[in-house]
Amino acid sequence: MTITVRYFASLREALGPSETLALEVPTTLGALRDRLIASSAAHAAALGRGRAVRAALDQAIADESTTIADGAEVAFFPPVTGG
Amino acid sequence: MPRVSVQTADFDLAAEVAALRAGDLDVGAVTSFVGTVRAGSEGRAVRAMELEHYPGMTERAIEAMIDRAFERFSIRGARVIHRVGVLHPGDQIVMVAVTSSHRGEAFQACEFLMDYLKTQAPFWKKETTPDGQARWVDARVADDEALRRWGIAAGNAAP
Repeated sequence: MTITVRYFASLREALGPSETLALEVPTTLGALRDRLIASSAAHAAALGRGRAVRAALDQAIADESTTIADGAEVAFFPPVTGG
Repeated sequence: MPRVSVQTADFDLAAEVAALRAGDLDVGAVTSFVGTVRAGSEGRAVRAMELEHYPGMTERAIEAMIDRAFERFSIRGARVIHRVGVLHPGDQIVMVAVTSSHRGEAFQACEFLMDYLKTQAPFWKKETTPDGQARWVDARVADDEALRRWGIAAGNAAP
């Protein structure tokens, strides 16, 4: 299955606006984050477990136990600061 | 008229309020909030502020907040405008306007929407100081606490 991962704000600056990933098996947002952390030093620095990172699945805030379906749009970003 | 606009352009509060309550003679109260860019933040001078958002998700998130405001409060109309792009001290950033029959619900719904928006809508601010240093603004625990007063758990600023 193929998914799109989007990044915003400081994560976008570190990792680019988006990447497309091919996954062999269904996974969760948390497992995907761990896989990305393992994929490069830049990912490890930006998404590392010591950092405040929020996730969305198909444009809704989601927690890391959420399962990702084929074609999903996942996003990782820092805590929001609007208003 | 849309309930939510995310835009680079400035807005006119008086025109927005007039449009929001036009034709509804059961409106007896209008409240509004406008947030503006400060010239200083946490002791640092700010020359410019850049706002980024998540197109699509941001609008959907605010629409959902307005739905919840309608569920909680007896209000008749609501309108949210949030600017993105590069702004400068004194510029308007955000507007929330609410109409209702009586003032209490309008005041409450307006504050509820702002408290919600601060911690749940995907926007990010980056400040630039006069010497050209740029930094992403940190989320504030106080904003999570403001939403918690409404009985809604928020951990946006949590580690």
